[in-house]
Formats: sequence, C-alpha cells, structure tokens
Amino acid sequence: MFSVIQLPGSNDDRDLRFALKSVLGCAAELVWHEQASLPSDTRAVLIPGGFSYGDYLRCGAMAAYAPVMAAVRRFADAGGPVLGICNGFQVLCETGLLPGALVRNQGLNFICDFVHVRVERSAPPFTSRARAGSTLRLPIKHGEGAYFARPDELATLEREGRVLLRYCDARGEVTPEANPNGALANVAGVCNARGNVFGLMPHPEHAVDALFGGEDGKAILGSLVDAVRGGAR
Amino acid sequence: MSARREPEVDLALAREHGLSDGEYAEILTILGRTPSFSELGIFSVMWSEHCSYKSSKKYLKRLPTEGPCVLQGPGENAGAVSIGDGLAVVFKIESHNHPSFIEPVQGAATGVGGILRDIFTMGARPVASLDSLRFGPLEDPKHRHLLRGVVHGVGGYGNAVGVATVGGETTFHECYRGNILVNAFNLGVVEQNRIFKARATGLGNPVIYAGSRTGRDGIHGASLLASAEFDDSSSAKRPTVQVGDPFTEKCLIEACLEVMSGDAVVGIQDMGAAGLTCSSFEMASHAGTGIELDLDLVPQRESNMTPYELLLSESQERMLLVAQAGREDEVLSVYRRWGLEAVVVGRVTDDGRMRVRWHGEKVVDIPVDPVARLSPELDRPTREPADWLERQKLDPSALAPESDWNEALARLLDSPNLGSKAWLYRQYDQLVQGDTLIGPGGDAALVRIKRMDGTPTRKAVALSVDCNPRWCWLDPYAGTLAAVAEAVRNVACTGARPLALTNCLNFGNPERPEIMWEFAEATRGLGDAASELGTPVVSGNVSLYNETSGRAIYPTPTVAAVGLLDDYARHAVAHFRAAGRTVVLLGENREELGGSTWLAERHGIEAGRPPAVDLAHERRLAALLAEGVAAGSIESAHDISDGGLAVALAECCFTGPAQIGAEIELADAIRADALLFGETTGRVICASADADRLLALAARLGVPARRIGTTGGERLRIAPRAAEPWIDAPVASLREIWARAIPRRLEEP
Repeated sequence: MFSVIQLPGSNDDRDLRFALKSVLGCAAELVWHEQASLPSDTRAVLIPGGFSYGDYLRCGAMAAYAPVMAAVRRFADAGGPVLGICNGFQVLCETGLLPGALVRNQGLNFICDFVHVRVERSAPPFTSRARAGSTLRLPIKHGEGAYFARPDELATLEREGRVLLRYCDARGEVTPEANPNGALANVAGVCNARGNVFGLMPHPEHAVDALFGGEDGKAILGSLVDAVRGGAR
Repeated sequence: MSARREPEVDLALAREHGLSDGEYAEILTILGRTPSFSELGIFSVMWSEHCSYKSSKKYLKRLPTEGPCVLQGPGENAGAVSIGDGLAVVFKIESHNHPSFIEPVQGAATGVGGILRDIFTMGARPVASLDSLRFGPLEDPKHRHLLRGVVHGVGGYGNAVGVATVGGETTFHECYRGNILVNAFNLGVVEQNRIFKARATGLGNPVIYAGSRTGRDGIHGASLLASAEFDDSSSAKRPTVQVGDPFTEKCLIEACLEVMSGDAVVGIQDMGAAGLTCSSFEMASHAGTGIELDLDLVPQRESNMTPYELLLSESQERMLLVAQAGREDEVLSVYRRWGLEAVVVGRVTDDGRMRVRWHGEKVVDIPVDPVARLSPELDRPTREPADWLERQKLDPSALAPESDWNEALARLLDSPNLGSKAWLYRQYDQLVQGDTLIGPGGDAALVRIKRMDGTPTRKAVALSVDCNPRWCWLDPYAGTLAAVAEAVRNVACTGARPLALTNCLNFGNPERPEIMWEFAEATRGLGDAASELGTPVVSGNVSLYNETSGRAIYPTPTVAAVGLLDDYARHAVAHFRAAGRTVVLLGENREELGGSTWLAERHGIEAGRPPAVDLAHERRLAALLAEGVAAGSIESAHDISDGGLAVALAECCFTGPAQIGAEIELADAIRADALLFGETTGRVICASADADRLLALAARLGVPARRIGTTGGERLRIAPRAAEPWIDAPVASLREIWARAIPRRLEEP
C-alpha cells in the first residue's frame, strides 16, 4: 500500500492518490498528519506538493515536526522508499532526510510551466523505468524551488551519483537557459546516500495521462510501483 | 438601549454612514425609535449599494435566469447548473476592484478567497478559477506595480488553496488609470442532491461560527469603499481592505466539504461583505426565521472590540452554519480536526427578529425582513451621453494609408492587449487537481469533471470570460451583445455546448444619469443575448462607483460563459496541430473597422460603431462547432476577436507546442485593413483534415464557410488572390514579438 501523507495545506495529495490508484492501479491512501504511525501495510511513503501549514515560516519547516513525520523517518531508516514531491521535497530537506534546501526562485516569481529534466541515473526504486540520459517532460509549479547545498554537500552528491534529475533543454542538454529557478548545478531531484529517499521539484503525478500533461511522470511513479511490487528491473 | 459611550445616532451620523435622508427616515419608521449605533451600522451596510444592489435591481430583474439546466439562479451565493448524471456545476464571478487599487496584493488575494467561499458554501468543491483584469497603461509605473501586485495576490492565494487558475483576460487602457478592475471567477462541482443553501431553519437549531477570528479589518469595506467613488483621499481607506490567509481558507474548504458530506448541517453562509451581519440576516431572511446571537462567544483576534466592530468586520475566511440541534459536536469536531476554531454563537428563533447580545446587554433588536428584503430600490435617472453619436462617427477614407502590412501586424502583436499573457499565468498553478485539458492562452479553458469522491467522468466544462470595453463605450448595448457572443463562441470553439452565463457589471458612478444609461443599455444587451443564445444568467455581481474624481471607467460588463462537453477526449484546441490541414473560415468577412484594436493601436482612434452581432448566426455557429468537433472534422478552432483575422491566424500558428505556418489566400473585395484587422464578429478559423465534410456540415447548418488556405511551413503568408502577399513573416519572429510584449515593458525602470 502507498501511504500519501496529508498535511494541512497539502494540495496535490488527492492528485497523487489518483495517479497511483486510477492510473497505475495501486492501493493508495491518505494518511493524516497527526497519526503517530503509518498503516502497517505501508510499502512506500509519498509526501505531496502544496503549502503545508501555509508555509508561512519556511517551506516545509512546520511539516518537519508533524507527528506523522517521526513515523516517516523510522520508515526511511528501515530502508522503506520515501518520495517527496515539491513541498514534499522541501519537507524532506527540513527533516534532514535529504541534504540541502530549496530557496526562492531566481526570478522571485512563482513558476508554473512544463520543463525537461534529464535522468542522470537509472536505478530502483525511483528511476528504474527511465534510461540514464533520457529526458522527461514534467510540470513544475513552485515559488521556492531553487536547490541549494553547501559546496561540500553538492560535491558529495555529485560524486555519489545522487543527483537523479537535472533541468535540461528538450534535447537533453543541461544549460543555464534550461534552468527555470536558479537551482545549483540544475538540480531538480536528489536522493539520500542509501538511495531510498528521493525528493524532486517537478510533479510526476501531473503527467500520467497523454491528455493531461503527458505521460512522462509514469517513469518516476511507475518505477516506485515496480519496486514495491518486487518487479524492479 | 445601552449605557456605553457610543456616538449619538442622528441624521448627521446616518449621512456619514452613506445613508440618504429618506433611508434614515425609513429606518426610524421600521424601528419606531432611534437606532442604536450598531443598528445604524447594520442598516448602512445592508442597504449599501454593494450589498443591496439598490441602483441595479430594477435592471437585473429583467435578465433571463431560467432554463432546463438551471438548478439555482441568482439569489444564492452562486448559480448552479446541471451537467447530467446527477452532477452540477456551481459558478460565479465577482469584483474586488476598489480594494485591489488601494492594496493590490491583498485586494486581489481576498477577491479570490471571497469567490471561492461563494462556491464551497454551496457544497461544491472549487475546481477552476478565471480572472478578468483591467489596468491602466503599462507605461505608467503605478500600473506596472498594480499588475505585479494583483498577479502576486491572485497567484499567492489561488496556488496556496490548491485551485487551478485556468484562464482569464487582461487588458490595459487609459480609462482604468484611476480604477483598475479585478474580477474573479470560480467554478465548483457538486452532486445535484447535495447543494447547500443559506437557510437558518429549525427553531432552536444552533448557529455555528467557524474559521478565522474576527478582527477590526475591513470594517465598511463594502459600504464605504465599494459604494463611493475614489478621490485624492482614497488611500486613507486602506484599513478597510481585508487581509487574506489562504492556509485557513484551504483548511476551511476541506472542513466545510467534510461536514457537508453528512446531514448535520441545515444551512451555511460565508461571511463576506458586511461579515456576520450580512450572513446572519440573509440566512434568517431566506428561511423566514430569526436569529439570536451572543457576541461574547465570537472568537476575537483583538481585545476590546465593540459590538459595532464585531458585527461589521469583514475579516476573511469565516463561515456561519446552522446545524441540527444536538449534533453540534459532530460539526465542531470536524473543524477542530482541521485546526480551525468553531463555536456555537447563537440559536435560530421563530419571531423574525435579529437579537444580538454583548456583555449581557441587548445591542441589536430589529426585524429581519425590512433590513434584508425591503432594502431600497432606486430608479435612478438615465440620460444618453451628449457625445454618444459623436463617438460613433468614423470616416475610414480619412485614415492614413498603410504602407507595410508586416510591420502593422508586428506592432499589433507587440501591444500589451494582444501580446502573450504568459507572464501572468505562469505565476498561477494551472494544473492542481489534475483535470486541466486546456489551460490559459486558448479561447476557452477546458477542465475534466470528477465526482465528489474523485471518480473521473468523461465530461469536461469549457470556461471563458470576455468583454471589449471599447465597444461597450461606443455602444453599451451592442458591446454587451458582443461580449456574450464572444464568451459563448469561445466556449463553443472547444466543441462544448454553451450552458449558462455569469457576469460582473463594472460601471462608474450610478448617480450620474449617463452612467445609469450605460448600465441600462448594457443589461438590455445582456438579457437579449442571453435569451437568444439560450444561455441564462445564473449569477452575477455589480460593481459601481468605478470612478475617480469624476472620470469613470468605460462600461465593462464582463461576461463568463460555461459550456459542457460530454466526451473530453473529443475536443478542439485553438492552435494548429499539424501541417497539411485545410484552413476553413467560418462566418463572413465584412468591412467593419469601428472600435477595432487596429484603429486604436495604429491610428490612435477610438471611434465608430462596433461590429454588428448576429445572434441567430452565433447560435448556428455554436451548433456547427459542437457537431464538427464531435465528428472529428474540426481539429482546431480559434475565434477571431481583438486584432482581427491576421492576428487570429498568427495565434493559430504560434500558440501551440509546435510552431506551424500557413498559406492563406483571401479574395474578399473589402479594404485590406478591414479584411486583415477588422473585428467582425461570428468568425472562427478551423483547421481540418476533412474539409469536405466540414463544409457539407456547415452548409447543412446554414453557416457560411470556405477554404482559405493550408497549414505548414515556417512562415505565415496572407495574400490577396493572384497578387503579392500582404503578410509574409516567419512564425518564430512573430511569436517572439508577441511573447515579449508584456515582459519587455515590465523591465523598464
């Protein structure tokens, strides 16, 4: 079962559940932020986009202290897959499950648009369905999505191959022009050292149907489905 | 009635509250005594222009509001229309003009918040927003600031509450230099048998207050700010602008929908204009009951608030509910789970009176109906503007001849009114809830419908908001007909069947007979067009006093249309999708230059008669589009509006994901400027892979249609028959000019 965390202010929670259930055919349920534990049959945790607790302090800062997050941390520590999308990525950085931070977009404005990202590594449980070097077309929608990390943290991420997605142009070239928000090294998504916690700013759940934003999001969510079903390639 | 030191109520104080001498006399008659200070405040807001529609009522009554699909017409928070299979859509458009000019970020944000509450108060989940924005020229730094602020406000609120902004319109004109317009539209989805109304029924039932605490913000926002024109001292009214909290609104949406999914709630109303006062009076009046309130129970943000302040505060994100007696706790616990305050503040009574207590004293005791229903109805004088016929004079033969049509097209595409609005809508979440088939930038937005439990259906709704204020200034009747026709045509361009309308009537000071004449003419046009097109007006809003120091805006009756598509997979888009398609023009080119963007932008002239509107043709055109799209013989359909045929063709070439050129040949024997840039109504550019079938269908339905070219290549060429082209330009360079129109102006210091 996929547990989608429902924080007050989560906006893409139902969309994520819809993508998992109605499009990918998996069991998925919303898990309320005040719960101290995850449902016992949880095989993967997803933290959706939105504005948790209004994001009035710092994006994801309040959510990091939600009761359910202690359970998510235990789940991650035990090796369970955890995926944070947009605000979920911010929450994972604030909890320390992922390194770095997401800061205000370079142009200062909120951006809703489709971008291209290059898959830097093909590996379970998050990118096994995509070839390394392939590009995905996914939407972003955020005001604070510029990835930032200390130089030593970024060097570690690069060395260990933990930058899984990078903003690129339609041909897959990673260029400054293709960087929508000023993220360091065009980083769009990173994972932890163990590889079981992944955060990304683009929204795969809004790209699972050809008529509604394309189907490239299935490369990410589908990989997680494969991993949970034990069919990781 | 009270020993507290409150101002003595007399005629002078009543006048300060915006009440007329006659209205004050009426109050004395109703009460049989002098009102208390709080009571005076109540009458002043309930009878304000903003809340009572006293100047406009007479005309609004004449609008067609019924039809086979209408479940709820005007009178509730929003209109509701059946879309079949037990589902309904609930929608409305509302203005937040005055606050947005004073404080653009919060003014626009709370405009979005207010319209959302109107929708979810009915039990519907808000799924799609549009906005219609009007500013002064971007050369004015103040208006660049206002644009940035309003977009920040619309986006900041809409994005955070998780409702997609899927479309809208934005124009810039000198007439909005002193009064910008911010009209916000929202549409929600609800099961037909779960529509809630603002009714305080059931003697003894508890009245529940839920949401944000009450503060001193927004007192007299509706009655004083939105019910008088601006002058040099208007910035002193900033404290009357409310402050929005989208996080609370988001939780309020979820909590309200959760309590309304059960049967403990009997009635619900949001606290909008005039706050607690208006909501409780409306709920009691609709139900024919009374209400008793204890103000000491109202959650308060500040200390020492007076009853007057508590009753009139327009603090945002607050709801008033009536629940079944004995089931209060069920309701309260849902709000508390969402981290919101909710308390019982009163009871429903059966004596038709509003009784309010504070610190154990009775501070209000007045009959409900005279306040809520017997508000004054004015029959203000109307007079045709002295220069009206002068405005319509136009001698096209006197225009300077055009030497370079390519340059002419480029200049039009570079105007902020015709240029891309992506700078605005890129700042709005267009995708949340996952149902956006067509977002901003096309003719109409298209949104899939899910049931309340999240199950997807095959249905989609098409939405468009339109008005050409220049036409409405030249001829308010004809201009409003055209606004309705365009909104309906835009919806039809997706293949959807137009269902119903909502409208936001933005005008100047109604105390001036010329403004009232504009209003009368515009509403006559709205009614005639709505009747003829079979699209009833199910909700709406009036915003008067859009005037500063005697200068009024152009009449701006913004019209939003909603249409239904039974199978969302079969829809048309505005842009060309592929090369090698036949370009078919539906409708006829006529020599009509009056009121065109071409005249205004290229010649600096705003004059002439707006293009004629043929409603019977529009009706046939809508039927053709629906049938042609369903049959697969229309792949794309784009309405010809501002900028005329040449601008519309350019948009077909470059607004899609791929840029696709076209070769067009026009044989019409009319002036080239009118042919290329005239804004004759009732025309649509289609691309078809099966033009024979489309032309046969058009002939059967009585719509003029003909081939005018083919898609393909990297250039747009528009030529007369057997002669050198007027226009021959690379699509990519036209697109670049169009895309930079607004950003390049915002980069100026």
